[in-house]
Amino acid sequence: MIPPFETFYATHRGEVFRYLSSRLGAERAEDAFQETFLRALRAYERLEHGDHLRAWVLTIASRIAIDDVRRRKPQSELPEDIWHEDARPAFEELAPLTDGLPAKERAAVVLRYGYGLGYDEIGGALGSTEAAARQAASAGVRRIRKERA
Amino acid sequence: MTITPMLDERFRAAAAAARLLDAAYDVVTDTPIGDLLVGVTDHGVCRIHFDPDAERELESLARQFGPRVLRSAKPVDRVRRQLDEYFAGKRRTFELDWDVRHLPAYNRRVLEQLARVEYGSTTTYGALAAVTGNPRAARAIGTVMNRNPIPIVLPCHRVVGASGKLTGYAGGLERKEQLLRLEGAIL
Repeated sequence: MIPPFETFYATHRGEVFRYLSSRLGAERAEDAFQETFLRALRAYERLEHGDHLRAWVLTIASRIAIDDVRRRKPQSELPEDIWHEDARPAFEELAPLTDGLPAKERAAVVLRYGYGLGYDEIGGALGSTEAAARQAASAGVRRIRKERA
Repeated sequence: MTITPMLDERFRAAAAAARLLDAAYDVVTDTPIGDLLVGVTDHGVCRIHFDPDAERELESLARQFGPRVLRSAKPVDRVRRQLDEYFAGKRRTFELDWDVRHLPAYNRRVLEQLARVEYGSTTTYGALAAVTGNPRAARAIGTVMNRNPIPIVLPCHRVVGASGKLTGYAGGLERKEQLLRLEGAIL
């Protein structure tokens, strides 16, 4: 059973905003925050169950953050201090590595190594299976290694 | 870092403006009969609830109208304004559409008749049963009143026992008495 959107929103809004702020800075995070939950609202009725909602909304947020960074990069390089060392969660360190990956691999790597989610949860968030999530994450890691080699 | 009230309200307003909600709700505070949870859909007002125990009401709204239920002030403004006027004694009829599409046909028919009972007057369960086709269905009428999703706007407080006793009210007899007194139906 899918919880009322209010319950879902109230449960995850804080974490989503913290995540977006750490990636984009507080000001740009505000638009991305609204976009994240509007996008979630558009897809909400099509959800088949209420599992993995946290991973699901963080995946939406991370896609929006990536799009935002890509959109702005040509005009101005990101200031270096945008990621404050003290406020930087583990998944932040992954961003420069994962931004070049195909969407599914990127989501799997970020959710696995940034958020520490299990493959079953990641599979649910991505609308696929545990095995597919494991495969996507390891393919992503291989790709990162290759690119850095 | 937490989300500011302004950002929170901005999202809630945007969600309603984009017409992405199955139902919006808000709590109307400081009425003479306490706080009221008011729900609306695109079709009209769909819920008024006493003692807003939000969580349970949200689940009930989600079951009936769809899971995209969100607190949002703007969609509720029209109802809020009319309720304020009603409680201030400045409004005798509500100019609102209502959404009762999920109710059984019988309940809808009874509520339609109920809506015609005028401000400041009362009727009885038996009389309402008679105008909806079965004079002996007074008990069934009582059940429909008890499950009225939009009390006050659909004035089930104006329905009393044959002896004139107030009998029952989902919001408690005290509220029923208060509403009838406000309307001048009782002293």
